[in-house]
Amino acid sequence: MKILSKCYIGIIFFLLYIPIAVLILFSFNEAGSLAEFTGFTTAWYEELFLDEEAFSSLMNSLILAISSSLIATVIGTFGALGLHRMRNRYIKGAVNSMTNVPMMNPDIVTGVSMMLLFVTLAGILHAKSFFGFGTMLVAHVTFNLPYVLLSVMPRFKQLDKSLSEAAQDLGCTPARAFFSVELPQIIPGIISGLMLGFTMSLDDFVISHFVSSPDFQTLPLYVYNQTSHNVKFSMYALCSIIVLTILLILIAVNFAGGKKKGKGGTK
Amino acid sequence: MRGKNAFQKFAAVPHSVWVVMFIVAPLLFVLGFAFRGNDGSFSFSNIAELAQYGNVFILSIAFALIATVVCLLIGYPLAYFMSRQSARTQRILMVMVMLPMWCNLLIRTYALMALLDNGGLLNSLLESMGLEKLPIVGTNFGVILGMVYDFLPYMVLPIFTSMTKLDQRYIEASYDLGCNGWQTMTKVIMPLTASGVISGVTMVFVPSISTFYISQKLGAGKIDLVGDTIERLFQNTSTYGVGAAISLVMMILILISVGVMNRFSNDGTDPVATVKRGGPAK
Repeated sequence: MKILSKCYIGIIFFLLYIPIAVLILFSFNEAGSLAEFTGFTTAWYEELFLDEEAFSSLMNSLILAISSSLIATVIGTFGALGLHRMRNRYIKGAVNSMTNVPMMNPDIVTGVSMMLLFVTLAGILHAKSFFGFGTMLVAHVTFNLPYVLLSVMPRFKQLDKSLSEAAQDLGCTPARAFFSVELPQIIPGIISGLMLGFTMSLDDFVISHFVSSPDFQTLPLYVYNQTSHNVKFSMYALCSIIVLTILLILIAVNFAGGKKKGKGGTK
Repeated sequence: MRGKNAFQKFAAVPHSVWVVMFIVAPLLFVLGFAFRGNDGSFSFSNIAELAQYGNVFILSIAFALIATVVCLLIGYPLAYFMSRQSARTQRILMVMVMLPMWCNLLIRTYALMALLDNGGLLNSLLESMGLEKLPIVGTNFGVILGMVYDFLPYMVLPIFTSMTKLDQRYIEASYDLGCNGWQTMTKVIMPLTASGVISGVTMVFVPSISTFYISQKLGAGKIDLVGDTIERLFQNTSTYGVGAAISLVMMILILISVGVMNRFSNDGTDPVATVKRGGPAK
Protein backbone atom coordinates (compact mmCIF):
# COMPACT_ATOMS: atom_id res chain seq x y z
CA MET A 1 0.00 0.00 0.00
CA LYS A 2 2.81 2.36 0.94
CA ILE A 3 4.57 1.68 -2.36
CA LEU A 4 1.36 2.02 -4.35
CA SER A 5 0.55 5.38 -2.79
CA LYS A 6 4.08 6.64 -3.51
CA CYS A 7 3.70 5.51 -7.13
CA TYR A 8 0.37 7.32 -7.41
CA ILE A 9 1.87 10.53 -6.04
CA GLY A 10 4.80 10.14 -8.41
CA ILE A 11 2.67 9.63 -11.50
CA ILE A 12 0.36 12.58 -10.82
CA PHE A 13 3.22 14.95 -10.09
CA PHE A 14 5.03 13.70 -13.18
CA LEU A 15 1.99 14.51 -15.32
CA LEU A 16 1.58 17.86 -13.59
CA TYR A 17 5.16 18.88 -14.25
CA ILE A 18 5.91 17.41 -17.64
CA PRO A 19 4.37 20.27 -19.68
CA ILE A 20 6.35 22.81 -17.66
CA ALA A 21 9.54 20.77 -17.99
CA VAL A 22 9.06 20.45 -21.75
CA LEU A 23 8.42 24.19 -21.99
CA ILE A 24 11.67 24.97 -20.20
CA LEU A 25 13.63 22.41 -22.23
CA PHE A 26 12.33 23.66 -25.57
CA SER A 27 13.03 27.27 -24.66
CA PHE A 28 16.65 26.23 -25.33
CA ASN A 29 15.88 24.43 -28.58
CA GLU A 30 17.89 25.57 -31.57
CA ALA A 31 15.42 24.51 -34.23
CA GLY A 32 12.59 26.65 -32.94
CA SER A 33 10.34 23.65 -33.16
CA LEU A 34 8.31 21.80 -30.60
CA ALA A 35 8.68 18.42 -32.25
CA GLU A 36 12.30 17.57 -31.66
CA PHE A 37 15.24 18.91 -29.77
CA THR A 38 18.04 19.64 -32.21
CA GLY A 39 20.57 21.57 -30.22
CA PHE A 40 21.15 23.96 -27.37
CA THR A 41 20.79 27.69 -27.87
CA THR A 42 20.12 30.78 -25.82
CA ALA A 43 18.97 32.72 -28.86
CA TRP A 44 15.36 32.92 -27.67
CA TYR A 45 16.51 34.42 -24.39
CA GLU A 46 18.59 36.98 -26.26
CA GLU A 47 15.59 37.82 -28.41
CA LEU A 48 13.51 38.25 -25.28
CA PHE A 49 16.04 40.49 -23.53
CA LEU A 50 16.23 42.71 -26.60
CA ASP A 51 12.44 43.00 -26.65
CA GLU A 52 11.63 46.38 -25.14
CA GLU A 53 7.94 45.62 -24.99
CA ALA A 54 8.57 42.65 -22.69
CA PHE A 55 10.66 44.78 -20.39
CA SER A 56 8.19 47.65 -20.26
CA SER A 57 5.30 45.29 -19.56
CA LEU A 58 7.26 43.78 -16.69
CA MET A 59 7.82 47.27 -15.27
CA ASN A 60 4.12 48.09 -15.76
CA SER A 61 3.15 44.91 -13.91
CA LEU A 62 5.38 45.79 -10.99
CA ILE A 63 4.23 49.42 -10.81
CA LEU A 64 0.60 48.34 -10.94
CA ALA A 65 1.04 45.55 -8.38
CA ILE A 66 2.86 47.78 -5.91
CA SER A 67 0.54 50.76 -6.21
CA SER A 68 -2.70 48.77 -6.23
CA SER A 69 -1.73 46.59 -3.26
CA LEU A 70 -0.62 49.65 -1.25
CA ILE A 71 -3.83 51.56 -1.95
CA ALA A 72 -5.99 48.50 -1.24
CA THR A 73 -4.12 47.88 2.01
CA VAL A 74 -4.64 51.43 3.28
CA ILE A 75 -8.33 51.56 2.32
CA GLY A 76 -8.98 48.00 3.47
CA THR A 77 -7.22 48.34 6.82
CA PHE A 78 -9.21 51.44 7.76
CA GLY A 79 -12.25 49.71 6.34
CA ALA A 80 -11.66 46.71 8.61
CA LEU A 81 -11.23 49.04 11.60
CA GLY A 82 -14.43 50.89 10.83
CA LEU A 83 -16.39 47.72 10.12
CA HIS A 84 -15.09 46.08 13.26
CA ARG A 85 -16.34 49.00 15.37
CA MET A 86 -19.57 49.49 13.49
CA ARG A 87 -22.69 48.86 15.58
CA ASN A 88 -25.17 48.59 12.73
CA ARG A 89 -25.05 44.91 11.86
CA TYR A 90 -26.92 45.31 8.58
CA ILE A 91 -24.60 47.91 7.07
CA LYS A 92 -21.61 45.96 8.36
CA GLY A 93 -22.88 42.71 6.87
CA ALA A 94 -23.77 44.38 3.57
CA VAL A 95 -20.38 46.07 3.14
CA ASN A 96 -18.60 42.89 4.16
CA SER A 97 -20.40 40.66 1.71
CA MET A 98 -20.25 43.16 -1.15
CA THR A 99 -16.47 43.44 -0.64
CA ASN A 100 -16.23 39.69 -1.15
CA VAL A 101 -18.18 39.69 -4.42
CA PRO A 102 -15.10 40.02 -6.70
CA MET A 103 -13.64 36.96 -4.95
CA MET A 104 -16.72 34.81 -5.47
CA ASN A 105 -17.62 36.02 -8.93
CA PRO A 106 -15.81 34.61 -11.94
CA ASP A 107 -13.11 37.07 -12.99
CA ILE A 108 -14.71 37.51 -16.38
CA VAL A 109 -17.90 38.92 -14.79
CA THR A 110 -15.89 41.29 -12.58
CA GLY A 111 -13.95 42.33 -15.68
CA VAL A 112 -16.94 43.06 -17.88
CA SER A 113 -18.82 44.80 -15.07
CA MET A 114 -15.95 47.25 -14.57
CA MET A 115 -15.60 47.68 -18.30
CA LEU A 116 -19.28 48.66 -18.57
CA LEU A 117 -18.83 51.16 -15.73
CA PHE A 118 -15.86 52.82 -17.45
CA VAL A 119 -17.52 52.79 -20.86
CA THR A 120 -20.63 54.44 -19.44
CA LEU A 121 -18.63 57.02 -17.48
CA ALA A 122 -16.62 57.88 -20.57
CA GLY A 123 -19.90 58.31 -22.46
CA ILE A 124 -21.34 60.63 -19.82
CA LEU A 125 -18.16 62.70 -19.61
CA HIS A 126 -17.79 62.76 -23.41
CA ALA A 127 -14.29 61.42 -23.03
CA LYS A 128 -13.14 59.22 -25.87
CA SER A 129 -12.10 56.41 -23.60
CA PHE A 130 -10.12 56.36 -20.43
CA PHE A 131 -8.90 52.84 -20.41
CA GLY A 132 -5.29 52.69 -19.30
CA PHE A 133 -3.31 52.79 -16.11
CA GLY A 134 -6.10 54.52 -14.17
CA THR A 135 -8.77 51.96 -14.96
CA MET A 136 -6.35 49.10 -14.34
CA LEU A 137 -5.43 50.60 -10.97
CA VAL A 138 -9.07 50.95 -9.94
CA ALA A 139 -9.82 47.37 -11.01
CA HIS A 140 -6.80 45.91 -9.22
CA VAL A 141 -7.50 47.82 -6.00
CA THR A 142 -11.07 46.51 -6.16
CA PHE A 143 -10.17 42.85 -6.46
CA ASN A 144 -7.41 43.22 -3.84
CA LEU A 145 -9.75 44.69 -1.21
CA PRO A 146 -11.37 41.39 -0.15
CA TYR A 147 -7.95 39.83 0.47
CA VAL A 148 -6.87 42.76 2.62
CA LEU A 149 -10.10 42.65 4.59
CA LEU A 150 -9.77 38.89 5.07
CA SER A 151 -6.22 39.20 6.35
CA VAL A 152 -6.79 42.19 8.62
CA MET A 153 -10.29 41.53 10.01
CA PRO A 154 -9.30 38.50 12.15
CA ARG A 155 -6.54 40.60 13.75
CA PHE A 156 -9.06 43.22 14.84
CA LYS A 157 -11.26 40.51 16.29
CA GLN A 158 -8.35 39.26 18.39
CA LEU A 159 -7.60 42.73 19.79
CA ASP A 160 -8.21 43.36 23.46
CA LYS A 161 -10.56 46.35 23.61
CA SER A 162 -9.42 47.37 27.07
CA LEU A 163 -5.92 48.21 25.79
CA SER A 164 -7.21 50.94 23.52
CA GLU A 165 -9.52 52.15 26.27
CA ALA A 166 -6.64 52.26 28.71
CA ALA A 167 -4.60 54.32 26.24
CA GLN A 168 -7.48 56.75 25.90
CA ASP A 169 -7.94 56.94 29.69
CA LEU A 170 -4.27 57.82 29.88
CA GLY A 171 -4.85 60.75 27.57
CA CYS A 172 -4.43 59.46 24.02
CA THR A 173 -6.74 60.76 21.38
CA PRO A 174 -8.68 57.92 19.71
CA ALA A 175 -6.56 58.30 16.58
CA ARG A 176 -3.34 58.22 18.61
CA ALA A 177 -4.61 55.17 20.53
CA PHE A 178 -5.20 53.42 17.23
CA PHE A 179 -1.79 54.22 15.77
CA SER A 180 0.30 53.45 18.83
CA VAL A 181 -1.63 50.63 20.52
CA GLU A 182 -3.71 48.76 17.97
CA LEU A 183 -1.79 49.20 14.75
CA PRO A 184 1.34 47.35 15.95
CA GLN A 185 -0.81 44.34 16.83
CA ILE A 186 -2.47 44.14 13.44
CA ILE A 187 0.71 44.70 11.41
CA PRO A 188 1.15 40.99 10.55
CA GLY A 189 -2.35 40.92 9.05
CA ILE A 190 -1.64 44.10 7.09
CA ILE A 191 1.56 42.66 5.68
CA SER A 192 -0.07 39.41 4.62
CA GLY A 193 -2.89 41.40 2.98
CA LEU A 194 -0.33 43.51 1.14
CA MET A 195 1.59 40.45 -0.09
CA LEU A 196 -1.57 38.70 -1.21
CA GLY A 197 -2.74 41.78 -3.07
CA PHE A 198 0.64 42.15 -4.71
CA THR A 199 0.68 38.56 -6.00
CA MET A 200 -2.98 38.65 -7.07
CA SER A 201 -2.30 41.82 -9.02
CA LEU A 202 0.82 40.41 -10.72
CA ASP A 203 -1.05 37.25 -11.68
CA ASP A 204 -4.26 38.79 -12.96
CA PHE A 205 -5.04 38.44 -16.61
CA VAL A 206 -8.81 38.19 -17.09
CA ILE A 207 -9.93 41.36 -15.31
CA SER A 208 -7.04 43.38 -16.79
CA HIS A 209 -7.98 42.08 -20.24
CA PHE A 210 -11.29 43.94 -20.08
CA VAL A 211 -10.14 47.26 -18.59
CA SER A 212 -6.80 47.78 -20.34
CA SER A 213 -5.71 49.70 -23.36
CA PRO A 214 -2.83 48.87 -25.70
CA ASP A 215 -0.84 51.76 -24.17
CA PHE A 216 -0.56 50.09 -20.81
CA GLN A 217 0.26 46.40 -21.00
CA THR A 218 1.08 44.16 -18.08
CA LEU A 219 3.12 40.99 -18.36
CA PRO A 220 0.15 38.57 -18.52
CA LEU A 221 -1.48 40.76 -21.19
CA TYR A 222 1.76 40.79 -23.13
CA VAL A 223 1.97 36.98 -22.99
CA TYR A 224 -1.66 36.78 -24.11
CA ASN A 225 -1.13 39.06 -27.08
CA GLN A 226 2.07 37.31 -28.11
CA THR A 227 0.58 33.83 -27.88
CA SER A 228 -2.74 34.62 -29.52
CA HIS A 229 -1.63 33.99 -33.08
CA ASN A 230 1.47 31.94 -33.56
CA VAL A 231 4.08 30.18 -31.50
CA LYS A 232 6.85 32.49 -30.37
CA PHE A 233 9.85 30.87 -28.82
CA SER A 234 10.84 33.98 -26.91
CA MET A 235 7.56 33.44 -25.02
CA TYR A 236 8.85 30.02 -24.02
CA ALA A 237 11.90 31.73 -22.64
CA LEU A 238 9.80 34.30 -20.79
CA CYS A 239 7.50 31.63 -19.32
CA SER A 240 10.51 29.58 -18.22
CA ILE A 241 12.01 32.58 -16.45
CA ILE A 242 8.72 33.27 -14.67
CA VAL A 243 8.34 29.63 -13.57
CA LEU A 244 11.88 29.47 -12.23
CA THR A 245 11.50 32.78 -10.41
CA ILE A 246 8.34 31.55 -8.69
CA LEU A 247 10.07 28.27 -7.80
CA LEU A 248 12.94 30.15 -6.15
CA ILE A 249 10.56 32.40 -4.22
CA LEU A 250 8.50 29.44 -3.01
CA ILE A 251 11.61 27.55 -1.91
CA ALA A 252 12.93 30.63 -0.14
CA VAL A 253 9.65 31.28 1.65
CA ASN A 254 9.04 27.66 2.65
CA PHE A 255 12.47 26.34 3.44
CA ALA A 256 14.82 29.21 4.20
CA GLY A 257 12.99 30.30 7.34
CA GLY A 258 14.00 27.13 9.17
CA LYS A 259 11.27 24.95 10.58
CA LYS A 260 9.18 27.54 12.31
CA LYS A 261 6.87 28.29 9.40
CA GLY A 262 6.13 24.74 8.30
CA LYS A 263 2.93 24.87 6.31
CA GLY A 264 2.70 21.28 5.28
CA GLY A 265 3.63 19.27 8.35
CA THR A 266 1.47 18.75 11.36
CA LYS A 267 -0.50 21.65 12.63
CA MET B 1 -17.43 51.97 25.97
CA ARG B 2 -16.07 55.11 24.42
CA GLY B 3 -14.67 53.60 21.23
CA LYS B 4 -17.44 55.35 19.34
CA ASN B 5 -15.93 58.54 18.03
CA ALA B 6 -15.42 60.43 14.86
CA PHE B 7 -12.20 58.76 13.78
CA GLN B 8 -13.42 55.22 14.13
CA LYS B 9 -16.86 56.10 12.87
CA PHE B 10 -15.49 57.35 9.58
CA ALA B 11 -12.68 54.85 9.15
CA ALA B 12 -14.87 52.61 7.02
CA VAL B 13 -16.17 55.42 4.81
CA PRO B 14 -13.52 55.31 2.05
CA HIS B 15 -13.81 51.54 1.93
CA SER B 16 -17.61 51.62 1.76
CA VAL B 17 -17.60 54.32 -0.90
CA TRP B 18 -15.10 52.31 -2.97
CA VAL B 19 -17.22 49.18 -2.65
CA VAL B 20 -20.34 51.01 -3.77
CA MET B 21 -18.62 52.77 -6.67
CA PHE B 22 -16.54 49.93 -8.03
CA ILE B 23 -18.30 46.73 -6.97
CA VAL B 24 -22.00 47.53 -6.58
CA ALA B 25 -22.28 50.10 -9.36
CA PRO B 26 -20.57 47.94 -12.02
CA LEU B 27 -22.92 45.06 -11.22
CA LEU B 28 -25.86 47.43 -11.61
CA PHE B 29 -24.44 48.40 -14.99
CA VAL B 30 -24.41 44.73 -16.00
CA LEU B 31 -28.06 44.58 -14.98
CA GLY B 32 -28.78 47.83 -16.81
CA PHE B 33 -27.11 46.78 -20.06
CA ALA B 34 -28.80 43.38 -19.93
CA PHE B 35 -32.24 44.99 -19.84
CA ARG B 36 -31.60 47.79 -22.32
CA GLY B 37 -32.87 47.73 -25.86
CA ASN B 38 -31.16 49.25 -28.88
CA ASP B 39 -32.98 52.53 -28.41
CA GLY B 40 -31.90 52.80 -24.79
CA SER B 41 -35.27 51.97 -23.26
CA PHE B 42 -36.11 49.07 -20.96
CA SER B 43 -36.46 45.91 -22.97
CA PHE B 44 -36.23 42.16 -22.77
CA SER B 45 -34.67 41.84 -26.21
CA ASN B 46 -31.23 40.85 -24.87
CA ILE B 47 -32.78 38.33 -22.52
CA ALA B 48 -34.74 36.91 -25.43
CA GLU B 49 -31.51 36.46 -27.38
CA LEU B 50 -30.19 34.24 -24.61
CA ALA B 51 -32.16 31.36 -26.11
CA GLN B 52 -29.59 31.18 -28.92
CA TYR B 53 -26.88 30.55 -26.39
CA GLY B 54 -28.60 27.65 -24.63
CA ASN B 55 -26.23 25.12 -26.18
CA VAL B 56 -23.19 27.13 -25.16
CA PHE B 57 -24.40 27.19 -21.56
CA ILE B 58 -25.11 23.45 -21.55
CA LEU B 59 -21.70 22.66 -23.06
CA SER B 60 -19.90 24.90 -20.54
CA ILE B 61 -21.75 23.44 -17.58
CA ALA B 62 -21.07 19.91 -18.82
CA PHE B 63 -17.35 20.59 -19.37
CA ALA B 64 -16.99 22.26 -15.99
CA LEU B 65 -18.83 19.43 -14.23
CA ILE B 66 -16.73 16.74 -15.92
CA ALA B 67 -13.51 18.62 -15.13
CA THR B 68 -14.59 19.06 -11.50
CA VAL B 69 -15.47 15.38 -11.06
CA VAL B 70 -12.22 14.23 -12.69
CA CYS B 71 -10.22 16.62 -10.49
CA LEU B 72 -11.99 15.26 -7.43
CA LEU B 73 -11.38 11.63 -8.42
CA ILE B 74 -7.68 12.30 -9.04
CA GLY B 75 -7.20 14.88 -6.30
CA TYR B 76 -8.87 13.21 -3.34
CA PRO B 77 -6.66 10.08 -3.30
CA LEU B 78 -3.64 12.28 -4.02
CA ALA B 79 -4.37 14.53 -1.04
CA TYR B 80 -4.99 11.47 1.13
CA PHE B 81 -1.73 9.76 0.14
CA MET B 82 0.17 13.05 0.55
CA SER B 83 -1.13 13.41 4.10
CA ARG B 84 0.25 9.93 4.93
CA GLN B 85 3.83 10.94 4.13
CA SER B 86 6.45 12.16 6.58
CA ALA B 87 6.28 15.81 7.60
CA ARG B 88 9.30 16.65 5.49
CA THR B 89 7.95 15.00 2.35
CA GLN B 90 4.61 16.70 2.96
CA ARG B 91 6.28 20.09 2.90
CA ILE B 92 8.06 19.36 -0.35
CA LEU B 93 4.87 18.01 -1.96
CA MET B 94 2.94 21.04 -0.72
CA VAL B 95 5.38 23.38 -2.46
CA MET B 96 5.09 21.22 -5.56
CA VAL B 97 1.30 21.61 -5.54
CA MET B 98 1.61 25.35 -5.00
CA LEU B 99 4.15 26.03 -7.74
CA PRO B 100 1.71 25.50 -10.63
CA MET B 101 -0.93 27.48 -8.71
CA TRP B 102 1.39 30.43 -8.53
CA CYS B 103 2.35 30.23 -12.19
CA ASN B 104 0.06 32.20 -14.38
CA LEU B 105 -2.76 30.24 -15.96
CA LEU B 106 -1.66 31.44 -19.39
CA ILE B 107 1.74 29.83 -18.90
CA ARG B 108 0.34 26.48 -17.77
CA THR B 109 -2.17 26.36 -20.59
CA TYR B 110 0.41 27.41 -23.15
CA ALA B 111 2.84 24.76 -21.87
CA LEU B 112 0.20 22.04 -22.11
CA MET B 113 -0.76 23.13 -25.60
CA ALA B 114 2.87 23.07 -26.69
CA LEU B 115 3.17 19.49 -25.50
CA LEU B 116 -0.07 18.18 -27.02
CA ASP B 117 -0.24 20.21 -30.23
CA ASN B 118 -0.26 18.45 -33.58
CA GLY B 119 3.31 19.58 -34.15
CA GLY B 120 4.21 19.06 -30.51
CA LEU B 121 6.47 16.67 -28.68
CA LEU B 122 3.84 14.04 -27.89
CA ASN B 123 2.73 13.66 -31.47
CA SER B 124 6.26 13.65 -32.86
CA LEU B 125 7.15 10.89 -30.37
CA LEU B 126 4.09 8.90 -31.40
CA GLU B 127 5.00 9.36 -35.05
CA SER B 128 8.59 8.27 -34.57
CA MET B 129 7.30 5.12 -32.88
CA GLY B 130 5.21 4.46 -35.96
CA LEU B 131 1.93 5.20 -34.24
CA GLU B 132 -0.83 7.46 -35.41
CA LYS B 133 -1.01 11.06 -34.28
CA LEU B 134 -3.40 11.86 -31.47
CA PRO B 135 -5.44 14.93 -32.26
CA ILE B 136 -6.03 16.37 -28.80
CA VAL B 137 -5.83 20.11 -29.39
CA GLY B 138 -9.07 21.27 -30.95
CA THR B 139 -11.22 18.53 -29.42
CA ASN B 140 -13.62 18.51 -26.47
CA PHE B 141 -11.25 16.11 -24.74
CA GLY B 142 -8.41 18.62 -25.11
CA VAL B 143 -10.39 21.42 -23.48
CA ILE B 144 -11.48 19.24 -20.54
CA LEU B 145 -7.91 17.99 -20.16
CA GLY B 146 -6.76 21.61 -20.04
CA MET B 147 -9.25 22.40 -17.28
CA VAL B 148 -8.21 19.35 -15.26
CA TYR B 149 -4.52 20.13 -15.71
CA ASP B 150 -4.87 23.81 -14.86
CA PHE B 151 -7.17 23.48 -11.86
CA LEU B 152 -6.15 20.17 -10.23
CA PRO B 153 -3.89 21.94 -7.68
CA TYR B 154 -6.90 24.00 -6.53
CA MET B 155 -8.68 20.73 -5.72
CA VAL B 156 -5.72 19.07 -4.02
CA LEU B 157 -4.66 21.91 -1.72
CA PRO B 158 -7.87 22.42 0.31
CA ILE B 159 -8.48 18.66 0.63
CA PHE B 160 -4.89 18.15 1.72
CA THR B 161 -5.27 20.95 4.28
CA SER B 162 -8.38 19.38 5.79
CA MET B 163 -6.60 15.99 5.81
CA THR B 164 -3.70 17.37 7.85
CA LYS B 165 -6.13 19.03 10.27
CA LEU B 166 -7.90 15.72 10.82
CA ASP B 167 -7.35 14.36 14.31
CA GLN B 168 -5.54 11.03 13.92
CA ARG B 169 -7.24 9.70 17.04
CA TYR B 170 -10.55 9.50 15.18
CA ILE B 171 -8.96 7.11 12.71
CA GLU B 172 -7.44 5.01 15.47
CA ALA B 173 -10.78 5.00 17.28
CA SER B 174 -12.51 3.86 14.12
CA TYR B 175 -10.12 0.90 13.75
CA ASP B 176 -10.41 0.10 17.46
CA LEU B 177 -14.17 -0.03 17.12
CA GLY B 178 -13.89 -2.61 14.37
CA CYS B 179 -14.07 -0.65 11.12
CA ASN B 180 -11.94 -1.88 8.26
CA GLY B 181 -9.89 0.45 6.07
CA TRP B 182 -12.70 1.13 3.62
CA GLN B 183 -15.26 1.79 6.35
CA THR B 184 -12.84 4.15 8.08
CA MET B 185 -12.40 6.00 4.80
CA THR B 186 -16.10 6.37 4.00
CA LYS B 187 -17.47 6.83 7.51
CA VAL B 188 -14.73 8.86 9.20
CA ILE B 189 -12.22 10.44 6.85
CA MET B 190 -14.55 11.48 4.03
CA PRO B 191 -17.16 13.22 6.21
CA LEU B 192 -14.44 15.01 8.18
CA THR B 193 -12.77 16.32 5.03
CA ALA B 194 -16.01 17.36 3.32
CA SER B 195 -15.29 21.06 3.82
CA GLY B 196 -12.03 20.68 1.91
CA VAL B 197 -13.87 18.91 -0.90
CA ILE B 198 -16.42 21.71 -1.08
CA SER B 199 -13.67 24.33 -1.31
CA GLY B 200 -11.93 22.32 -3.99
CA VAL B 201 -15.08 21.79 -6.01
CA THR B 202 -15.86 25.52 -5.92
CA MET B 203 -12.31 26.43 -6.87
CA VAL B 204 -12.34 24.13 -9.89
CA PHE B 205 -15.90 24.64 -11.07
CA VAL B 206 -16.01 28.45 -11.09
CA PRO B 207 -12.90 29.07 -13.20
CA SER B 208 -13.73 26.10 -15.47
CA ILE B 209 -17.17 27.38 -16.37
CA SER B 210 -15.94 30.90 -17.07
CA THR B 211 -12.64 30.24 -18.83
CA PHE B 212 -11.87 31.47 -22.30
CA TYR B 213 -8.12 31.07 -22.61
CA ILE B 214 -8.22 27.27 -22.20
CA SER B 215 -10.87 26.86 -24.88
CA GLN B 216 -9.03 29.28 -27.17
CA LYS B 217 -5.72 27.42 -26.86
CA LEU B 218 -6.68 23.77 -26.35
CA GLY B 219 -9.89 24.06 -28.30
CA ALA B 220 -7.98 25.78 -31.12
CA GLY B 221 -10.85 28.24 -31.41
CA LYS B 222 -13.24 25.50 -32.50
CA ILE B 223 -15.00 25.13 -29.19
CA ASP B 224 -17.15 27.94 -27.92
CA LEU B 225 -17.81 28.15 -24.20
CA VAL B 226 -19.64 30.81 -22.20
CA GLY B 227 -16.36 32.58 -21.48
CA ASP B 228 -15.45 32.77 -25.18
CA THR B 229 -18.91 34.04 -26.01
CA ILE B 230 -18.76 36.80 -23.40
CA GLU B 231 -15.25 37.76 -24.47
CA ARG B 232 -16.29 37.97 -28.12
CA LEU B 233 -19.50 39.91 -27.47
CA PHE B 234 -17.58 42.52 -25.50
CA GLN B 235 -15.31 43.28 -28.42
CA ASN B 236 -18.13 45.01 -30.23
CA THR B 237 -20.12 47.89 -28.74
CA SER B 238 -23.37 46.76 -30.35
CA THR B 239 -23.36 43.41 -28.55
CA TYR B 240 -22.59 44.68 -25.04
CA GLY B 241 -26.22 44.10 -24.07
CA VAL B 242 -26.27 40.40 -24.94
CA GLY B 243 -22.85 39.98 -23.34
CA ALA B 244 -24.16 41.59 -20.17
CA ALA B 245 -27.22 39.32 -20.20
CA ILE B 246 -25.01 36.21 -20.49
CA SER B 247 -22.70 37.48 -17.75
CA LEU B 248 -25.71 38.09 -15.54
CA VAL B 249 -27.03 34.56 -16.02
CA MET B 250 -23.61 33.07 -15.36
CA MET B 251 -23.15 35.17 -12.24
CA ILE B 252 -26.53 34.12 -10.86
CA LEU B 253 -25.83 30.45 -11.64
CA ILE B 254 -22.50 30.59 -9.86
CA LEU B 255 -23.63 32.61 -6.85
CA ILE B 256 -26.46 30.14 -6.33
CA SER B 257 -24.22 27.09 -6.58
CA VAL B 258 -21.53 28.62 -4.35
CA GLY B 259 -24.20 29.67 -1.86
CA VAL B 260 -25.68 26.18 -1.79
CA MET B 261 -22.27 24.60 -1.33
CA ASN B 262 -21.33 27.00 1.46
CA ARG B 263 -24.37 25.77 3.37
CA PHE B 264 -22.76 22.34 3.47
CA SER B 265 -19.43 23.73 4.61
CA ASN B 266 -19.54 23.13 8.34
CA ASP B 267 -16.55 25.10 9.58
CA GLY B 268 -17.91 28.46 8.52
CA THR B 269 -14.77 29.56 6.70
CA ASP B 270 -15.08 30.94 3.24
CA PRO B 271 -13.80 28.18 0.94
CA VAL B 272 -12.80 30.37 -1.97
CA ALA B 273 -10.92 32.78 0.23
CA THR B 274 -9.08 29.98 1.96
CA VAL B 275 -7.76 28.51 -1.24
CA LYS B 276 -6.95 31.71 -3.06
CA ARG B 277 -4.82 32.67 -0.10
CA GLY B 278 -2.86 29.51 -0.74
CA GLY B 279 -3.71 27.79 2.49
CA PRO B 280 -5.84 27.84 5.59
CA ALA B 281 -6.29 30.98 7.65
CA LYS B 282 -3.96 30.98 10.61
